[in-house]
Amino acid sequence: MAFDSFGAFIVMEGHGPYVWACYFMFFLLMGALALWSLRQRRSVFAQQRRRMNSAPARDQSPAGASFTRIEPSHD
Amino acid sequence: MWQIFHKLGSPKWFFGIASTLMPWLLWVGLALMVAGIGWGLAFAPQDYLQGNSYRIIFIHVPSAFLAQSVYMMMAVAGLVTLVWRMKLADVFVKAVAPVGAVLTFLALFTGAVWGKPTWGTWWIWDARLTSMLILLFLYFGVIALGAAISDEKSSARAVAVLVLVGVVNIPIIKYSVEWWNTLHQPATFKLTEKPSMPAEMWVPLLLSVLGLYLIFGWLTCLRMQTEILVREGRTRWVKELVQAGGN
Amino acid sequence: MTAEFTVNLRSPDVSVGTATAMKAVFVRDLKIALRQPQDLLNPLLFFVMVVTLFPLGVSPEVSFLEQAGSGILWVAALLSVLLSLDHLYRHDFDDGTLEQLVLQPQPLFLLVLAKSMAHWVLTGLPLVLLAPVLGVMVHLQGNSVAVLCLTLLIGTPVLSLIGSIGAALTLGLRAAGVLLSLLIIPLYIPVLIFGTGTVMAASEGAPVAGQLALMGAFLVLALTLAPFASAAALRISLSNS
Repeated sequence: MAFDSFGAFIVMEGHGPYVWACYFMFFLLMGALALWSLRQRRSVFAQQRRRMNSAPARDQSPAGASFTRIEPSHD
Repeated sequence: MWQIFHKLGSPKWFFGIASTLMPWLLWVGLALMVAGIGWGLAFAPQDYLQGNSYRIIFIHVPSAFLAQSVYMMMAVAGLVTLVWRMKLADVFVKAVAPVGAVLTFLALFTGAVWGKPTWGTWWIWDARLTSMLILLFLYFGVIALGAAISDEKSSARAVAVLVLVGVVNIPIIKYSVEWWNTLHQPATFKLTEKPSMPAEMWVPLLLSVLGLYLIFGWLTCLRMQTEILVREGRTRWVKELVQAGGN
Repeated sequence: MTAEFTVNLRSPDVSVGTATAMKAVFVRDLKIALRQPQDLLNPLLFFVMVVTLFPLGVSPEVSFLEQAGSGILWVAALLSVLLSLDHLYRHDFDDGTLEQLVLQPQPLFLLVLAKSMAHWVLTGLPLVLLAPVLGVMVHLQGNSVAVLCLTLLIGTPVLSLIGSIGAALTLGLRAAGVLLSLLIIPLYIPVLIFGTGTVMAASEGAPVAGQLALMGAFLVLALTLAPFASAAALRISLSNS
């Protein structure tokens, strides 16, 4: 351990704010990137599933049905 | 040989491989990062010149290192796109460009914050910071061009040309240290010689570099899978996959 | 427009030598440009106006202008080349000449090279010729003006060549102008650094032969590589439309 106490670890002889700001930014951005990518994939899966579910439904729908199905995107 | 090549180009095959690799990449990568960063933050000795602010190195160097090598990887993939018209190579470029931009930004940000206690100023127009900034611009250009061309094939090839043109910039980044002698430290890692840092400093650094590489691999697999799903949405294997309840 | 040249280009059965074809492309671009002199003048006016902005916007003091003059002139030159790039392929793209050019039996990259050179003669060269006047206006000392012109002379063809890649990549896209700047400015930075650096060194009395040689190396590199990239980009953009 390079530091005497937890407090010293946080303060880092005055350099704490700089060090911790960097680590905060790093984990914030990398985490956001990972979450964004995960959500993107999930939404693509959901979209495909919706499209597949709606495709057979369109086949079975009686001819002359007067409504159109609008798919809002949930991005 | 050609069969392997052919397989490599098959999105379906890649999708499967990526799925098996991803948990390993993520967890081993996270473990290495935690070990490297924890060691570096709490246990590595203080730098006698810079004090504790040098501990930023354990994320600054991995980010900067990866930011540059991601561009090199993109250039290789761009070459593959142009020569062999391999779809997967373009999927890689599109998936990875935002990651590279984020890493470049992080390298710049951590470099700037590190500069404050070390040089007394947030930003110095020295060679390496500046060329990192140019690298960020290059990433933005790649992302912007990819988004501007709607046709998938032309977009792939245009981006490949741009990436290859931009790769001329990478040697400038590398050798700018020798071109302009400035305040910034010389390159930290030289594979050919022993690092001048003590082992308690460079071992955690190496760990966090490896860890970030693996996490980058995980992120790449994830984003490539998404891109493949979007592009191959009409094929049978994707439909089967979606029906099987993949997530 | 310029029927005789288009006809010349359009007859692949008559085996035209590569040099002849390049010359035809080059002369054709010059002729078209000379018929609309206003288009030629605009980048030059822009150049002068941007240079004028700095004494007005920052400081008219001799000490500042002496220091920053070379940089101001270089940035202004860079920007005006950038502005003119959109025209490089645009007209030919709109009227279909470009597709004919791509179909020629002669290697496309050489025709692209001819076009880039024509672009330089039409925009870069006038900038170089205008630079001494503006150099005096921003109080550059005698030797610096000469070196500045020399760096511009070596540097502006590089700008045209690299720019042709960007122009080819963004051909036919919406908001191509902004995108073009976004793609190309990072690639211009090394030229800018060495261009102004050389003039700075000259004003301090340091030898500049090495830096000029390095800029020459940039030029050779751009001459050999940029036409290939530009030709590839042109084919991609044309297959897109």
